[in-house]
Amino acid sequence: MYIIDRRLNPAGKSLVNRQRFLRRAKAAVQQAVRDSLKDRSIKDLDREGQISIPRGGISEPTLRRASHGGDRERIFPGNRDYLEGDRIARPSGGSGSGSQAGSGDGEDQFNFVLSREEFLELFLDDLELPDLAKRKLTGEDSSTLRRAGYTTVGSPANLSVQRTMQKAMSRRLALRRPSSGELARIEEEIAQLEARDLLGNSDTKRLEELRKERERLLRRRALISYIDPVDLRYRRFETVPKPISQAVMFCLMDVSGSMTEHMKDLAKRFFALLHLFLTRCYQHVDVVFIHHTDRAAEVDEQTFFHSTVSGGTLVSSALEELLAVVAERYRPEDWNIYVAQASDGDNMRHDNLKTVSLLKDEILPITQYFAYIEVGPEEQPMTRTESDLWAAYEGLTAAHRHFAMRKVNHRREIYPVLRELFRKRGALDPLDA
Amino acid sequence: MLERVSLPLFKGSDWDFALIQRIYDAVESIALGDLKLEVYPNQIEIISAEQMLDAYSSTGMPLFYKHWSFGKQFAANEMLYRKGLRGLAYELVINSAPCISYIMQENSATLQTLVIAHAAFGHNHFFRNNYAFRQWTDAEGILDYLEFAKSFIASCEERYGQQAVERLLDGAHALMHQGVHRHPRVRARDLKAEAAREVQRQAYRDQIYDDLWRTLPTGPKAPEVKADERRKALNLPQENILYFLEKTGPRLEPWQREILRIVRLIAQYFYPQRQTKVMNEGCATWCHYQIMTKLHERGFITDGSFLEFLQSHTNVVYQPSYDSPHFNGFNPYALGFGIMEDIVRISETPTDEDREWFPDFAGKGDGIGVLKDVWANYRDESFIAQFLSPRMIRHWRLFRVTDKQSESKLSVAAIHDERGYRRIRRALAREYDVGRQEPDIQIVDVDLAGDRALVLEHLVADGMLLDENDTKMVLQNLANLWGYEVRLSELNAADRKLLKTHIRQPQLQA
Repeated sequence: MYIIDRRLNPAGKSLVNRQRFLRRAKAAVQQAVRDSLKDRSIKDLDREGQISIPRGGISEPTLRRASHGGDRERIFPGNRDYLEGDRIARPSGGSGSGSQAGSGDGEDQFNFVLSREEFLELFLDDLELPDLAKRKLTGEDSSTLRRAGYTTVGSPANLSVQRTMQKAMSRRLALRRPSSGELARIEEEIAQLEARDLLGNSDTKRLEELRKERERLLRRRALISYIDPVDLRYRRFETVPKPISQAVMFCLMDVSGSMTEHMKDLAKRFFALLHLFLTRCYQHVDVVFIHHTDRAAEVDEQTFFHSTVSGGTLVSSALEELLAVVAERYRPEDWNIYVAQASDGDNMRHDNLKTVSLLKDEILPITQYFAYIEVGPEEQPMTRTESDLWAAYEGLTAAHRHFAMRKVNHRREIYPVLRELFRKRGALDPLDA
Repeated sequence: MLERVSLPLFKGSDWDFALIQRIYDAVESIALGDLKLEVYPNQIEIISAEQMLDAYSSTGMPLFYKHWSFGKQFAANEMLYRKGLRGLAYELVINSAPCISYIMQENSATLQTLVIAHAAFGHNHFFRNNYAFRQWTDAEGILDYLEFAKSFIASCEERYGQQAVERLLDGAHALMHQGVHRHPRVRARDLKAEAAREVQRQAYRDQIYDDLWRTLPTGPKAPEVKADERRKALNLPQENILYFLEKTGPRLEPWQREILRIVRLIAQYFYPQRQTKVMNEGCATWCHYQIMTKLHERGFITDGSFLEFLQSHTNVVYQPSYDSPHFNGFNPYALGFGIMEDIVRISETPTDEDREWFPDFAGKGDGIGVLKDVWANYRDESFIAQFLSPRMIRHWRLFRVTDKQSESKLSVAAIHDERGYRRIRRALAREYDVGRQEPDIQIVDVDLAGDRALVLEHLVADGMLLDENDTKMVLQNLANLWGYEVRLSELNAADRKLLKTHIRQPQLQA
């Protein structure tokens, strides 16, 4: 008998099969992922989660009998009441032969759990940053150094002591430089002989030989240096362009009295999805929360989502605050700047002009993408008239490709809007097809 | 009073490799010494829970080709496991020589003992001795063959694209149950030689390949052959659809035939398992129960450990009654174990009723001898038909329900009384007749000179037609593989009256 420990063998042998299964069921899984997002709270958006997809696309049909019809018989255990000849009403399930649970017949859903990675993968599968962001991404403004082997020239600071000593040693071995041990032995013998010489019983011939030998060794050691310039090795570095991989997202939200909880929830969901998306595209994403009434302030997440302030509305105040934060912390040369603004569209009439000019002259030139979401009440979206802010912003869309505005009234519209904004250019959207 | 001959092998639930070895030795001495089991050499592999999930999902085989349906299995199993709806089996055992048993690192020492007794000796003995396994499976060759299958299919994916292979496997899997020879007409497979031969064939084909052959003119038209002779030449009727496709499919490439063959041989390999589920589990359960009891009697395991075992054992052989929410048909462990215990009882302390029903072995002693004969020579259907005793029928309070299409209500056709015993026994045996449980479908004709349509017949027993949707999909697969129209007629088995016809045309594949 052998006992073999296989625990260290790689687990996850089924991973390939699992991926193939997901690929096969992709459309259905993607739909399910999107559906499941509707019911998730913002914190849970990117958690792993259980998914149900219809069995249809992934069924494995076989030639089998239908589950009912025809004459059947079955044996059951546990009879307590029945006598031969008793009649029993058909169970309402339709199947005359009792429970089919577990056989997969009756279930039209297939349930399983997606990991967080798989979830995000499927969720953000065909999204990408718009073209203009990519140019910035591969820009050469910044570069980084990377180790690239050794070189024979360089600055002392880059001297590789280990490499140099290795080289020196191999050279010394090859050229047979006398070692200090060898020399020491001869010195010692000479010293002994010299001591004996003093006592009278001399071996002058031997002494002479040894002295000559010492001479030769010393000469050789002087000739073959311990470290030679040819031994020197320096670490070499290459400069490689470093993609700018940091982004900052500004969440601007109107929190004036006119914003209902529903509207805030819509706004929050949009921010959360955008954040999720950005975290996957960049190594480092900052989020700046700015809320405003007629005054704007940068706040923490908690305040942003939960504070109740009331007052008038000045959209331009938020934009000014944004510019102040950018000037202070986020140099547009180094950061990809994204802005998501959510508002119900109410603004002081006299402020609109200022807002638009701030946007056009100062903000849009430095941002990668500016998305304006106008949130509305869930019910009766049809009767809404154009808001002032919407009308004021509308003039900007033609000239600025990276400025987008959408109206959202219901949770289910958030995701399509995000997709629209970030859809891979040229890729056909399965939801539209 | 029991005679204790040993100190306990372990206390507590921790185990290490040295302990596993000592446990194995103790179990082995009882299995081979007392029970006289005959087994393949054992190999015990320790794996983690996650690896057990992996193994589950490829029909328990350590190496298997890749296909999305195994991923689907994995996803489903994983969820049930994570939600705690289903524990993992403690063990998994492979019908190979050496016989490989997987045990999980999470198991307690008691469970490891149980698993070694159950899998490494119970199942192992059954694999080695049961006639169906001896006839159809090749324990020495299976792992090599799977290795070959895996690499062959992977190389096909490289050559012809993953999609083409996947489509082919989908089609083949759908016909897997129609891919077995039910009757031992051909000799058992030597799977090792099988793999080697295919490699040779492939190499030869590559060597002699010459595109010019394609341009040779075909000879004069073959004279018309009579339908009877044609059917005979094609070995029709044929119930093994995969076999027929592999041999005769006009539009299949050699690699496609080889993949069909792989799926077919694997289906054939698992066919005995499907026929002997009750007996196989019963045998393993009976053996572990005997072994664990003797280990306890002789002092190898403590009282506490024995209690832990009894709890697991009781769970394993629990049979909910029909009106329980847990009821999901018969539990093969319970059914097999129950009947086997009963066989031993009948041969050692029979009642008058037993003497009347089982004159051959009642009261003759040597229960283990009878069992070993049973394990070697029966499959589930014949096992139940022969050995389900009136006492067991009463014990389980079995009853038979019939559901006639022409009647509005179900009726109780037999209960556990004098009049019902034989009827219940026969009906239950029929439920385990794989040949009967699966629809009787055969290829009856193919018009090779005409439109090349493949003609199949389903002989409908008791008016049970095929599932409409599934049949449509499977026939579509079949038509794609065959390359021409496929017609399936459902005929009433008694009078050959036509009940229904399904026709599918092949779809052009991109």
